[in-house]
Amino acid sequence: MNWLLAVIQTLLFVALAPLLSGWLKWCKCHLQNRKAPSLLQPYRDLLKLIRKQPVVAEHASWIFTRSPYIIFSAMVLAASVVPLIAVDLPTAASADVIVLVGFFAFARFFLALAGLDIGTAFGGMGASREMTISSLAEPAMLMAVFTLTMTASTTNLSLAIAHVLNEGLVLRPSFIFAMFALVLVAIAETGRVPVDNPTTHLELTMIHEAMILEYSGRHLALIEWASQLKLMLYGVLIANIFLPWGIARDFSLHALGYGLLAISGKLAVLAVCLAISETLVAKMRLFRVQEYLSFAYLLGLLGMLSHIILEASR
Amino acid sequence: MIAAYLVLSIPFAGILFFAFAGHRQETGRLNVRFNAVTLAATVWLAINVLNNGTLLSAGKAFIVDSFNVYLIVLTAFIGLTTAIFSAPYMEHEKQLGKLTEKRLKLYYSMYQGFMLAMYLVLTTNNMGVMWVAMEGATLATVLLVSLYRTPESIEAAWKYFILCGVGIAQALFGTILLYYAAVQIGDGDNALLWSVLFDNARQLNPEILEIAFVFMLIGYGTKIGLVPLHNWLPDAHSEGPTPMSAVLSGLLLNDALYAVVRNKMLVDGATQGNLAGLLMMGFGLLSFLVAALFLHRQKDIKRLFSYSSIEHMGVMTFAFGMGGPLATLAALLHMTVHSLTKSAIFVTVGHAAQLAGTQNMERIRGLIKTQPKIGWGLLIGTVAIAGFPPFGVFTSEFLVLLATMHSYPWLAPLLLLGIGVAFAGLFRHIQPMVYGEQPEGQLPIKANLWPVMVHLALVLWLGLAIPDFLANWFSQATLLISGSMPL
Amino acid sequence: MNIEQQDFYTQAILSMAALVGLTSFLMLGQGRLLRLIFVFALQGLLLTLTTALAAYSLDSPHLYISAMLTLILKVIFIPWMLRRQVLLMNMHRDVEALKNNTAVMLGGAGLMVFSYYVLHPIVQTSSAIMLNALAFSLSVVLLGMLLMISHRQAVAHVVGFMAIENGLFFAAIVATKGMPMVVELGVAFDVLVAAVLFGIFFFHIRTSIDSLDVDRLNRLHEVDQ
Repeated sequence: MNWLLAVIQTLLFVALAPLLSGWLKWCKCHLQNRKAPSLLQPYRDLLKLIRKQPVVAEHASWIFTRSPYIIFSAMVLAASVVPLIAVDLPTAASADVIVLVGFFAFARFFLALAGLDIGTAFGGMGASREMTISSLAEPAMLMAVFTLTMTASTTNLSLAIAHVLNEGLVLRPSFIFAMFALVLVAIAETGRVPVDNPTTHLELTMIHEAMILEYSGRHLALIEWASQLKLMLYGVLIANIFLPWGIARDFSLHALGYGLLAISGKLAVLAVCLAISETLVAKMRLFRVQEYLSFAYLLGLLGMLSHIILEASR
Repeated sequence: MIAAYLVLSIPFAGILFFAFAGHRQETGRLNVRFNAVTLAATVWLAINVLNNGTLLSAGKAFIVDSFNVYLIVLTAFIGLTTAIFSAPYMEHEKQLGKLTEKRLKLYYSMYQGFMLAMYLVLTTNNMGVMWVAMEGATLATVLLVSLYRTPESIEAAWKYFILCGVGIAQALFGTILLYYAAVQIGDGDNALLWSVLFDNARQLNPEILEIAFVFMLIGYGTKIGLVPLHNWLPDAHSEGPTPMSAVLSGLLLNDALYAVVRNKMLVDGATQGNLAGLLMMGFGLLSFLVAALFLHRQKDIKRLFSYSSIEHMGVMTFAFGMGGPLATLAALLHMTVHSLTKSAIFVTVGHAAQLAGTQNMERIRGLIKTQPKIGWGLLIGTVAIAGFPPFGVFTSEFLVLLATMHSYPWLAPLLLLGIGVAFAGLFRHIQPMVYGEQPEGQLPIKANLWPVMVHLALVLWLGLAIPDFLANWFSQATLLISGSMPL
Repeated sequence: MNIEQQDFYTQAILSMAALVGLTSFLMLGQGRLLRLIFVFALQGLLLTLTTALAAYSLDSPHLYISAMLTLILKVIFIPWMLRRQVLLMNMHRDVEALKNNTAVMLGGAGLMVFSYYVLHPIVQTSSAIMLNALAFSLSVVLLGMLLMISHRQAVAHVVGFMAIENGLFFAAIVATKGMPMVVELGVAFDVLVAAVLFGIFFFHIRTSIDSLDVDRLNRLHEVDQ
């Protein structure tokens, strides 16, 4: 029974990811005084892409053709690990934070290889930029999640969330810092403004888009879906770690329904905040990203220091 | 206790008076009169303490005991003689065009403000108010250092402001830690009173007090001019007007050392080890040696004597750090004679600079031929400060050496080396200035050297035979600080 | 004593302590003077809130007076005065390029660890959890000094100096529920006079070397060159 629930949660994750992107785009369009497409437009786009035949370059290797599948499966595995509606699922045993970071790194590795594979200039440029950013973002993210794990004394996500839920409403300085750090890192990793503009058409400013420039058809559909899934994963991480109230502790229908409602609400609010920040802030020049990510690292470090200095028992 | 209140309120009245009426012709003489009345009040206070022992005001806000009473009289005396010197000197500067009337107003009112801050540091029983008054003394003199508004003086004043301000903020942190240690054993309202803390020192947490003392030594040590926190001192003492250099060197450094010693008394009562003493000895010895070496490289005459101030404050800090009755007596005596000699020297140097038209030592020559009084004054002053017998500085340095040979014999050669190097440094600069070929067209100036002669005569007297009441005071103070009678 | 076992007010005060530390770091990275002054005012505001919260939860009414003093002095008067000076001297368009931003920030984190290490023996002896914030207050003091070292503009030096005073004030609140009133008033008076004097000094420095870059205040040498 529980395994079924775990599978259903993962499928829900995968199915709702385009909806989150649609909602984000809707908010941005309204903020920018444009007419917004329907909320279900991302589904239509994915469907359109899946039906098309992919065009592959002549000297592309198996990396280029297999990467979309590898990336998508890595993201689905990550989705199965992160608690969306309920903690205590069977997959929770492997819901380790470091495993999650490993999944992200795995997907990113293959994406970068795929960008390099054909040998175009833009692909190489995108891959190198992506690797630079992630080499700075990963320590920051690890610092932020380690702050959480030091409080909960475990790196297992489900157990950590359950621990935070048990404590009730506690105002922790380390969590404030860790949340800010994770938000900054999430923006960098998912390629949103101010690190990377997802809707740009200028190749020299692209980071993520440059790597997938050569993809088409169902390959492109899978990669787009994977990046939407990544955005939702980061959103769920931030929402459920720092504001976990509403998540289901048992498996009654009532609790699960309430959990679904809670996470939808939190994700919707986070998407609105992201839309506002994307509209207000301009994209940074590439050399400034290093300062931005060091600041995120510093926030994570401050969170850990706050935990040791201010909170820990003696 | 009325005398103490008088000592504080007269300078306060002076500030207000000079702020509004300081531009008149006779302001200089009025300044002298204010200081003279304050001196009379301090002498009255001293007689009170001599007869009745330690005085504590109602509410224990002020304390006058054997340690600070003679410092109060010394401050008033040097304030008076410097005011006597400064009255015609500042008029002359105004005629030379270096100052405006508004700046003279500022000068006189801040002179009284500085004296008030000094008296407050010396008489207060509350460690927090002591900090406030030290910072107040810095603030009162900052604008005076840049009185001439030359780029160099503005730079010197900025350095003084920032370095002393940041340094003394550390002392405030130390005071906060001291307060924290104090509230743990007693009453919140009385917890910063020195007398209460001294009586209950044994109950204070030693670890907290040790950390607090480190901060306070760094903080107040910046104001004493301990190496490596001394960088503001040569600039501030050399760029300000000469009366400012005299009071800063003679009075402010003493008061900062007084604050450190008061804190040391508390820490020694609370801890078993000798951390406070060892730290003071280390910093004192370092300042002494570094300043002695720096003396050789100077080109400006006032900077030369500022480094000499650093060197002597180093000796005093070293002696207070050593503890023990002999060293403490030596340090107390040294505080007195150094103030008198240094202010006398700065007055003479001011006249010499006015005579030669420059402060650059390579261009001052032939003082003794042009105006013998200034030449002799400078020569005798340097002889006194370098530690020649029979002047008082020799007596106190000899006592410090005795104490060192008794407790830390391996440091005595370092002390002797420093004294020798400093002596060489001073004389190699003074000799050509006093005896060299006088340049063309150098004319004698109008100079009132009475304050200098009085100071040097006092130092000579203290070197030959310390009067009974003064010896009694020093003994009482030594008993208070180090816990046993000297000799 | 864990933070979870404390009442809400102590948690809030500790969180404010962490935010005050964050503003110190934010000041380190600022190149523009007006933004620096704004973050400094923000730090003062956080301190005022912390003091008011402490006054309420520890039941010491004289802390309300301290909070009011901090508000008037550090949030309103000093930032207003500095801002006016900056606009008057047309410096709000200059951007001071900080060369090694990351190194300075990580140095700041190192200073925070250092202040924790220095105060560790004191903090260990007491069971009050609010004393943990003493390490944060000392680090605010040290970060103020780092701010003064890493910037060249005189206005940044003054902001660093006032940040040091902020840290000291915070230490007094956290360790001892505020100093006796006479000392608090004296310190506030000193800070006020210092601020006014700094304002006068800016004018003098500007007139003398035509800029407020303190690297140009270099006429006084130890040795003649």
